Amino acid sequence: MAKELATKIHSSKFSVHYGSKQALFDVTLDIPERRVTAFIGPSGCGKSTFLRSINRMNDLIDSVRNDGRMIVDGIDVYDRLVDVAVLRRKIGMVFQKSIPFPKSIFENITYGLTLNERMSKSALNDVVESSLRKSALWDEVKDRLQHSAMGLSGGQQQRLCIARAIAINPEILLMDEPCSALDPISTAKVEELITELKDTYTIVLVTHNMQQAARVSDYTGFFLLGRMIEFDRTRTLFTSPSVKETEDYITGRFG
Amino acid sequence: MTLPSPFSGPHPLSRRVVGFFAVMIAVTATVAILGVILGMMAEFVTQGGGELSWAFLTEFPRNSNMEGGIWPALAGTTLLVLLMTLMGVPIGTATALYLSEFARKDAWFARTVRFAVNTLAGVPSIVFGLFGVGFFIQFVGVGLDAATGSVALGDGSLLWSSATLAVLTLPVVIVSVEEALRAVPLELREASLALGATRFQTITKVVLPNAVSGILTGSILAVGRGAGEVAAIMFVGVTYSAEALPNAVTEKFMHLGYHLYVLATQSPDVEKTLPLQYATTLVLLGLTFTLNFSAIIIRSRLRRH
Repeated sequence: MAKELATKIHSSKFSVHYGSKQALFDVTLDIPERRVTAFIGPSGCGKSTFLRSINRMNDLIDSVRNDGRMIVDGIDVYDRLVDVAVLRRKIGMVFQKSIPFPKSIFENITYGLTLNERMSKSALNDVVESSLRKSALWDEVKDRLQHSAMGLSGGQQQRLCIARAIAINPEILLMDEPCSALDPISTAKVEELITELKDTYTIVLVTHNMQQAARVSDYTGFFLLGRMIEFDRTRTLFTSPSVKETEDYITGRFG
Repeated sequence: MTLPSPFSGPHPLSRRVVGFFAVMIAVTATVAILGVILGMMAEFVTQGGGELSWAFLTEFPRNSNMEGGIWPALAGTTLLVLLMTLMGVPIGTATALYLSEFARKDAWFARTVRFAVNTLAGVPSIVFGLFGVGFFIQFVGVGLDAATGSVALGDGSLLWSSATLAVLTLPVVIVSVEEALRAVPLELREASLALGATRFQTITKVVLPNAVSGILTGSILAVGRGAGEVAAIMFVGVTYSAEALPNAVTEKFMHLGYHLYVLATQSPDVEKTLPLQYATTLVLLGLTFTLNFSAIIIRSRLRRH
């Protein structure tokens, strides 16, 4: 991995157990700042587990146990002193199934902002507009901000979820298969969006779709059976992988 | 060459005969149940419908409950279930919240609570009545009276009846609210948490608003169950005759179900009060049916969304 880039997320010997089943084995890697890093691999390989460990979404699962370290900006996110809510404001997340809150478009965007502070109406308006512009949704919804978000199409809902995540001004965006439920046109829009957002945010993308990883990411990690098999610049990984398993996977020999 | 039809299966005649009889038994059972309900309703309407009038609903009983209306019983029942709801629904909702949002699935405490709720649902209502006497009146009421020097709490009253019914209907509330809470998609909770909301904020801002209809359904089912309950309140504050509506929650009250029991067993002339009994039954059933029916409607809406 290139040394000239600042490291945003660093994991060292990071392992996850669900009960007695081990899902991640000693994953060590550096995710560079303001780049798109993609994780690929077959279902159940641990890529989503790793992603959800960065903002501690796995805490929700009763039987989960972590070992090793997950460092974001020099701080171990599993340290006792870390406030999970504050951590998650810094690390936004977009999920596979994009479900807006059953509220208006406006309220969806302002949800995270109004949790802990009162903001003036005009300040909220500004954030809503800029978040929707950044997520390329403004022109489609600017006349119906007070309408229910449930009336949007699937692709619009997913972009709304991205807008909702960036409204609280995070530094990192985690995306867990954000396009797997979208049609090709919506997928193209979201991919274009990812490319635009990487100037501002460190983006970590989990995808089933190798072409997507190749199209939008700068770095790619290949997971297999809970292990990080190979991590490199996307172009290098796809054109001259150094591990046999990676080559087998990207050439479609399994998975 | 013609192929055999795939639908003319090789089932032997005997199996088809068995199938026919199985269906017949099921249909007969269904018709029988419907028949009983319709027959009962027809009986009540023909026998008691004539007595039903605005005056019947709004007048006090006269002449040792032999004449007049059911107003104090109707009002007493309403007050009773209102107070019961105020006491039972918040506690039931809190318990359901604990079970669905906070407890680990395998935690022994959650398992114990769940076991207790299921057991509570199967306890005969007369036992709740005795519990009401022993706990609410003798222990809490008398104890508070002794501590404050009053005499208001150490006897059966609207308050203790409502409290007893609140305990009795707690399982209904807990089960239906928990069901509603579990129906809130995990994705909504995750989205809220991922935006930096605490667990508590997620519950108040996302989970509870999306479970409102379930909480409402639970309350209505509880009210429906509580409104028809007699045995549980027999010893804790209901009275067979009242000159006026209760002025305070520490007074005794009249109740539709208990009124019916009094008319049917304690009246100087049971035969003569039969139309009154039928009319009272009709009102009580109407109340319970309406409540259950609205719960069904709310629940089906909840499912659809």
